[in-house]
Amino acid sequence: MAVLTDRPAAPVARRADRGPRARVNRILGYAVLIAFGLVFLYPFVIQLGNSLKTEPDAAANPLSPIPDPLTLAGFERIFAGTNFPLWLGNSLLVTVLVTLGRVFFDSLAGYALARLRFRGRAGLFAAVIAVMAVPGVVLLIPKFLVLKQLGLYDSYAGLVVPLLADAAGVFIMKQFFESVPVSVEEAARIDGAGVFRTFWSVVLPMARPALITLTILSFQGSWNEFPHSLVSVQDPDLFTLPRGLADLVSGSLGKGTQYPLKLGAALLATIPVAVLFVIFQRYFVRGANEGADKG
Amino acid sequence: MATEALRAPATTPVRPPRRRRGGVRGNENVAGWLFVAPVIVILGLFLLLPILMALWVSLTDWNGQGSPFTGDVPFVGGKNYSRLFTEDGLDRRDFMTSIRNNMYYVGIVVPVQTVLALGLALVVNNRMLKGKGFFRSAFYFPSVTSSVAISVVFLFLFANSGAVNKLLGLLGVDGPEWFADSRGVLHLLFGAVGVDTPPGALTSGGPFGLTWWDWLAGPSVAMVSIISLVIWTTSGTFMLMFLAALQNVPVALDEASTLDGASRWQRFRHVTLPLIKPTTFLVLTLGLIGSWQVFDQVYVMSQGDPAKTTLTPAYLSYRTAFRDFDYGAGAAISFVLFLIIILLTLLQRRVMADRDEPRRARWWRRRVPEGS
Repeated sequence: MAVLTDRPAAPVARRADRGPRARVNRILGYAVLIAFGLVFLYPFVIQLGNSLKTEPDAAANPLSPIPDPLTLAGFERIFAGTNFPLWLGNSLLVTVLVTLGRVFFDSLAGYALARLRFRGRAGLFAAVIAVMAVPGVVLLIPKFLVLKQLGLYDSYAGLVVPLLADAAGVFIMKQFFESVPVSVEEAARIDGAGVFRTFWSVVLPMARPALITLTILSFQGSWNEFPHSLVSVQDPDLFTLPRGLADLVSGSLGKGTQYPLKLGAALLATIPVAVLFVIFQRYFVRGANEGADKG
Repeated sequence: MATEALRAPATTPVRPPRRRRGGVRGNENVAGWLFVAPVIVILGLFLLLPILMALWVSLTDWNGQGSPFTGDVPFVGGKNYSRLFTEDGLDRRDFMTSIRNNMYYVGIVVPVQTVLALGLALVVNNRMLKGKGFFRSAFYFPSVTSSVAISVVFLFLFANSGAVNKLLGLLGVDGPEWFADSRGVLHLLFGAVGVDTPPGALTSGGPFGLTWWDWLAGPSVAMVSIISLVIWTTSGTFMLMFLAALQNVPVALDEASTLDGASRWQRFRHVTLPLIKPTTFLVLTLGLIGSWQVFDQVYVMSQGDPAKTTLTPAYLSYRTAFRDFDYGAGAAISFVLFLIIILLTLLQRRVMADRDEPRRARWWRRRVPEGS
């Protein structure tokens, strides 16, 4: 999109580029970019640097990104002294199941709301919009109550099942399916394919961009999910990464410093989403370039 | 399991005549409901039903023992709510303190993150700069990371001899003990102009069990560190929204107003800003809704301390239920918070709609004849 709007503007932009005033503006622009770039990225640099420091070094020189001496002691203690591997396993399991569930159920519902004509569809869609407006944090006690009542409290099912569908995902998929031309699926339907078959083997393969978006959102959302695990489990064996991290900082290990260990654990918990983020960015840049080439 | 259920209507031969009468769309009624069934069950069971259950619990004195839906649990009616508003006591003081804290939090976070997001979007959208893609990603990255992991990093940054205080030290400023400092920023400002002891008129009374002096405390120093964390993590998302809106502003319009002799500020104020108004509205609304929900950061960084100055309604509701085992009062706080968020959303929507229409009309009336 950026490329599309940049192109027609090029001649005018070149004219505006000239002159000392434009140069001052450009230098100012870069100064702002770099200053804020530091504000937004330096905390991560500090995090990485200090996770590789000794405790006295981290306490004495928190601002310096360079460990002196460099040590892996913090990371060794993460794996030897905490339940980190367990939290990691739980987080992976929950994230994979929740992502699969959301992608499948949200696309089913999104497709039905976009394309299938059934009684009550308009009302259902209004309900989805209404549900999107419900603030998640007021659901802490309600969720706990229903999980207790259903006997799902303190179980993997309690961690996973309530997150298996989300209104925002349904909304995204509905918007996407509405943009797909009807003719393709009508052809499949006339050829005798049933509703599910048409959806599964004709419509869904065309929805790749929306599916990738939803996968990314679901993965990121459930990997980082904290309040839900707080009210659905209390058994330390069922802790996910954010829950374990929170426990590490405020809970059983107490408020003692141990900063290299805590920063290292937080860093490891951030890496999967960071990797996803890099891929996700590339994906969108590529998409934008393809659009520009066609246009 | 769901797959089998869904396939059933499509493949099992129903009575042929009926099927033919319905044509291609004949079985859509059944299929439609089957397709949405999993989502209805999950959202109904874990979102709507629990809200009703919590509404019931907010009217009882349930302490977490046994089921709240048996006759043994004492029904107290609106008492949990009146404890928050009309009965003087610790419950009301804590609740009102949390409301005060969150009001200052919203009052700073929403405007600052909106202005910062718009500013960053304008810079990143600048045609003359290179490497914008990298900076766009850099500004956005904090938004996608885990709130808990980031809170751990900021605990380190704002530690007593942490990076922030080291940085302030370089500038010759003696940084505070961030998470131990319960002094309100406004109180500190009053102190700076010589008002150290509160005037008697402000300490003798005030609404809802807090004195006027307490209401006027401002966010505490500890809260300021949480505020900076939140602004830092959310601005990137909102920047992307502004960026998308800015890229839809026709370049020709900008050029035309430049030729008309409009200054940079005039172009921004009278061309860009009106055109991105829907996005501004969206960013403000989402900011308002989100910042009344602050929970994770409080849980990890301060647990409501020091001196309850980082207590927010969301965290207070959690603490009341799960630490003090007063589930009724906790649920009541949740519902009040729910109401606050919904009311603010509706209010803001109306204000923006009222202001939006006449101004845009005026803008076009003024511009179109001049331009043509």
